[in-house]
Amino acid sequence: MSTLSFNISDCGGLKIEIFGTRATLRHSGALWLEGHRTLVVADLHFEKGSSYAARFGQMLPPYDTRETLDRLERELAALSPATLVFLGDSFHDGAGEERLPPEDRTRIAALALGRELVWAVGNHDEDGPRTLPGAVVDEAVIAGLTFRHEPLHGDQPGEVAGHLHPAARVTSGRASVRRRCFVTDGARLVLPAFGAFTGGLNILDAAFAPLFGTPPLAAALGRGRVHAVGWKSLRPD
Amino acid sequence: MIEKGRQGRDVLLIAPTGGGKTLAGFLPSLIELTERAPRNTPAGVHTLYISPLKALAVDIERNLATPIREMGLKITAESRTGDTGESRKARQRLKPPDILLTTPEQLALFCAWEGARNYFADLSCVIIDVAHAMWPNKRGDLLALDLARLQRFAPKMRRVGLSATVNDPDLVRRWLGFHRETPPPVGEGTRSVGGGSLTTQPTPPSVDLQSTPPPQGEDLMDHTVDLVLGAGGAQPIVEVLISGGKVPWAGHTAEHAMAEVYQIIKSSKTALVFVNTRFQAEFAFQELWKLNDDGLAIALHHGSLAAEQRRKVEAAMARGEIRAVVCTSTLDMGIDWGDVDLVIQLAAPKGASRMVQRIGRANHRLDEPSRALLVPASRFEMLECRAAADAILGGHLDGEPARTGALDVLAQHVMGCACSEPFALTALYDEIRTAGPYADLEWEDFETVVDFVSTGGYALKSYDKFRRIVPGPDGLWRARNAQTIQRHRMNVGTIVTAAVVNVRVGGKRSMGGRKVGEAEEGFFEQMKPGDTFVFAGQVWRFNSLVGTDAFVSPAADKDPMMPAWGGSKFPLSTYLASRVRAMMHDEREWAALPADVQEWLGYQKLRSIMPGEDELLLETFPRGKRFHLVFYSFEGRLAHTTLAMLLTRRLDRMGVGPLGFVANDYAVNIWSLKSMEELDLDELFAQDMLGDDLEAWLNESFLMKRAFKACALISGLIERRHPGEEKSGRQVTFSTDLIYDVLRRHQPDHLLLRCARADAAAGSLDVGRLGDMLERIQGKIRHAALDRVSPFAVPIMLEIGRERAPGDAAGEMILAEAEEDLIAEAMS
Repeated sequence: MSTLSFNISDCGGLKIEIFGTRATLRHSGALWLEGHRTLVVADLHFEKGSSYAARFGQMLPPYDTRETLDRLERELAALSPATLVFLGDSFHDGAGEERLPPEDRTRIAALALGRELVWAVGNHDEDGPRTLPGAVVDEAVIAGLTFRHEPLHGDQPGEVAGHLHPAARVTSGRASVRRRCFVTDGARLVLPAFGAFTGGLNILDAAFAPLFGTPPLAAALGRGRVHAVGWKSLRPD
Repeated sequence: MIEKGRQGRDVLLIAPTGGGKTLAGFLPSLIELTERAPRNTPAGVHTLYISPLKALAVDIERNLATPIREMGLKITAESRTGDTGESRKARQRLKPPDILLTTPEQLALFCAWEGARNYFADLSCVIIDVAHAMWPNKRGDLLALDLARLQRFAPKMRRVGLSATVNDPDLVRRWLGFHRETPPPVGEGTRSVGGGSLTTQPTPPSVDLQSTPPPQGEDLMDHTVDLVLGAGGAQPIVEVLISGGKVPWAGHTAEHAMAEVYQIIKSSKTALVFVNTRFQAEFAFQELWKLNDDGLAIALHHGSLAAEQRRKVEAAMARGEIRAVVCTSTLDMGIDWGDVDLVIQLAAPKGASRMVQRIGRANHRLDEPSRALLVPASRFEMLECRAAADAILGGHLDGEPARTGALDVLAQHVMGCACSEPFALTALYDEIRTAGPYADLEWEDFETVVDFVSTGGYALKSYDKFRRIVPGPDGLWRARNAQTIQRHRMNVGTIVTAAVVNVRVGGKRSMGGRKVGEAEEGFFEQMKPGDTFVFAGQVWRFNSLVGTDAFVSPAADKDPMMPAWGGSKFPLSTYLASRVRAMMHDEREWAALPADVQEWLGYQKLRSIMPGEDELLLETFPRGKRFHLVFYSFEGRLAHTTLAMLLTRRLDRMGVGPLGFVANDYAVNIWSLKSMEELDLDELFAQDMLGDDLEAWLNESFLMKRAFKACALISGLIERRHPGEEKSGRQVTFSTDLIYDVLRRHQPDHLLLRCARADAAAGSLDVGRLGDMLERIQGKIRHAALDRVSPFAVPIMLEIGRERAPGDAAGEMILAEAEEDLIAEAMS
C-alpha cells in the first residue's frame, strides 16, 4: 500500500504517486504520466448527443464530440504525449462511430499523428472503434500500472480506471459546489469522465465503497487547478 | 350573456368577484343543452370549461351539479384534471360529457390526441375562467394556440372569457379572440431561400390569401370579442393603518403593527391577512399567535405547505370555523370562502390590480362594500399604500405590457399537432396566426420552430435521419412514430416549477418521516445543520438535505435564526410607482399622510432635493470610510437589481472601486472606495448598458441557465419523463447546464438560447422596464452632492445591515444602534 502525498504543480495540476509511479492529475480531468509521456482520459462518450436523437428522437445539441475534442486537443498541445490512452466508453454506443460528423472523424484520426493511441474498451463500446487508428485492448499495462475501464472490487494496487464518473459535492460554511473529481488512495485511481455531456456520480455513492479500504482522497476539478478535498468535507447530493 | 350566446358571439365578461360571473358564463350553454333536439348518435362535448386551477375545475363541477339536479336537467358535467382516475378518463373519451371542466394542460393533451378533431367536432362553447390571470404568460400562449386548434375542429365554437376587472380589456380580448387570417408580415422577397431544412417548400401563404376571395362560411363571421361589463359592486372601503401613529423607517414585515392587527382580527368575523412572501406569512403567523391570548382560530395558507394541510384550512374556512388566515397569493383567486368580512394587507400590495383582486375575496355580496386595511411596513410603503388606496377608489388599475407568444411554447404545440394528425405547413401557420399572441408571427420564426421540432434546429445538420416530425410524399408533416407521440404526451405542459424539496420530519438515521410541506431547494442550500427556521407555523431545526428531502426536527427555540426575507416577490407596478413620484412632488398630497412621514418628506426637501415628477433624484454622500451613490427610481426590486449589477460593472471600469450594492422596490444604493460625486452621470446611465454589458453579464449568469432549463423542458428538448425507463440504482445527473455551455459555445444563435434570453430579460431581470426608465430619465437626473446621509436614504442604508445578520441578537443590537445614529444624522 502506498502512502498518500501530493502537491500542486505549476499548471494547477495535483502531483501524486500512484502505486509508486509519479503522475499529475490535470484540471482538465486527464491523467499525465510525465516519465512515460503518456496521457490518459476516461469516458469521453463521443456522440452521446446524437445517441439520444437516434434512440429517442431527443435532439440534444450535436456538438458534444467537438467540444470534447477541443478540450483533448488543448491537452495534447500542452503536453505532446507519445501515448494517448482512452480508458473506455470513448463512444456512447456501438454505432456512435458511424454517426460521427466527417470533420469530427478527421480530427479524431489526427490525434494519432506522431503518437500511439490505445483504446481500452468499455461497457458502452465493447468492440472499440473499428475504423479509427490505434490499438483496441481490454486492458493495458504501462509504467507498472494497469489501465482498464471498470474498476475491480477489492484491493487492486496499480489499477487506473474510469467508468464511475466520480463527482464530489464539497461544502464550506453555507455554500456547496459539485465538481467532477479524481478519487485515489495512492494505490489505485479512478478518473473523472472527460466528455462534454457526461454527468457525475457522487463519490459517497455505494458504488465506490468496494474499491477503497480507507477513506480516499478526492481531487476536485476547479477553474484552472485541482483541489485536494478531504473526506470530511464531502456531502451527499 | 344569453343574448350574446344566441347570436354565437365571442364574449369577454368582466365583472367583480361575487357577481355570479361563472353562472352567467354557463347559462347560455345550459339553455342550449336543454333545448337541443334528441339525436341518434351520441353527442360530443358541447361546452368546455378551462380553469387555471385543478381545484377550481372540481369545485365548479360541484356547483353545477346542484342546479342541474334540482332542475332535473339531462345534462352531464364532469371534470378532468391530472388527478382524475384512469378509468374515468377512459370513459370520458368514449362517452364525452356535455360539459367538460378541465385545465389548459389537459386541453393541450386532448389536442395532441389522434381523435381530437372528431372528439371536439360538436363543440359549441369554450369558457375560460380567471382569464385575467391566465393570458399574460406561457400558459396563456399555449391555451391561445389550443383555442385556435379547437376553432378549426369546430368552426362555430364560441369563446367566452370570464375576468375580474382589468385595466386594459383590449389586451385580454386580443388574447381571447380569433384573429382573421390576414396576409403574413412578409417583406419583398424576404423568405430565406435554402436556409431552412424544410424539404417541402410551401407556397408563400401571402400570395394565396391575397389572390383568393375571402373564405366562405365560418370565416365570414366577425370574430371580434364583445365586451360585457358586469354591474360594478359597491365601492370598497380601503383604509391605511397607522399603528400607534408611527411608521417605521424600513422593513418588510409590519412587525410594529401586529398588536393592533390582532385586535382588528378579534373585532371582525373572518379576516384574510395577505402578505407578499412565504416568509412574511410565516413571520406574521408566529407573531399573531404570540399575541393570541384569546385562542382565536388563526390559520396559515401558502404554497409551500403540504396540499393536504391547505385543503384542511380551506374546508375549515368554508365551515366558518376560522377567524383569520395568513396567506400569500395562493388565495388570490378562485373559490368562495365563506364569510370573509375584512381583508388585511400586511406590507404594501405592490400593485393596485392585485389589491383589488384581494379585496374581492371579502364579502361576496355585490350590494355590500368590501372592507380592506393596508398596513405599510416602512415610509416608502406608506406612500405606496396611500397611492394604492387612491388608485382603488379612483378605479385606476395597473397595466400589463402586451405580450408576444413564446417560441418554446409554439414548439410544444407544433409537436402536439403532429401527434394528433398530419399537417400542412401553410395551413398550420395560418391557424397559429389566428391566436392572439401569435397573430404577428413571422414565417421565418415559424420555419425555425418547425425545424427545431423536427431536427433540433442545429447548424450542423446531423439529425436529418432522426427527425421527430417528417414530411410525407403528400407534403404533410407527421410524427415519426408511436414512440415519439407517447413521449410527447408524457411531457406536455408549460408549468416548470423551481426545484423543490420535501420538508420531512427526521434525523440522519430515521428517514422517511411525515411530510410537512415543500420549499425551494435554494432555501436549504443556505443553511447548515443545526440552523433553526420557521416553517408551517413552527420552529424547526435543519438536519440534512438528502436527495429531494430536507430532514428537520421540531426545535424548542423561541428565537429561530430567520433567513433573509428577500423583500417582496412582486415588483412595484409601474402605475403605482408613478403615483408615488407624483405624490412626493405635490405637497398638497402630504396632508393625507401621518405626521412622521410628513416630517420626513419636509426634511428631505430641506436637506437634499425633492425631485420633480419626471426626474430621477440621485444623491452622493460619504459615510464611514465609504462613498455612497443612492438613487430613487421606484421601478421595483427586479429592475433595480439588474440596474445595480450593470452599474457596478461600469463603475468598476470607471475606476471608483465599487464594493457592493443593495436594491429594493424604491431605490438602489451602491458604495465604493472612491467618491462618485464627480462622475458623468449621463454617461453612467447611458442606455447602451442594455447592449453589450447586459449580454456579457447575462451569459455568465445563473439566471440564463435557469431560463434555458425551463425553455428546454417546455420545447421538448429535454424530457422530464420517459416511458418505461426507470432510473438505475445509481443516479448519474446529466444537467441542462452542460447542454447550455456546449450550445452557447457552438451555436449562440440557437432558437432556445434566444428564448432563454428573452425570458431572462423579461422575467427575473425586468429589462423592459429598465429600458423604459433609462429612456425616461435621459437628461433628467437631479444630482444632490451631500456631505451626509439624507432622510430618503435612511431606509436603504438600513437594508445594508439587514441583509447580513437577520435575527442574530448581537446583530440586532448593532443594527439598532446604527439606526439611531443614522436617523439622528439625517434629521438633525
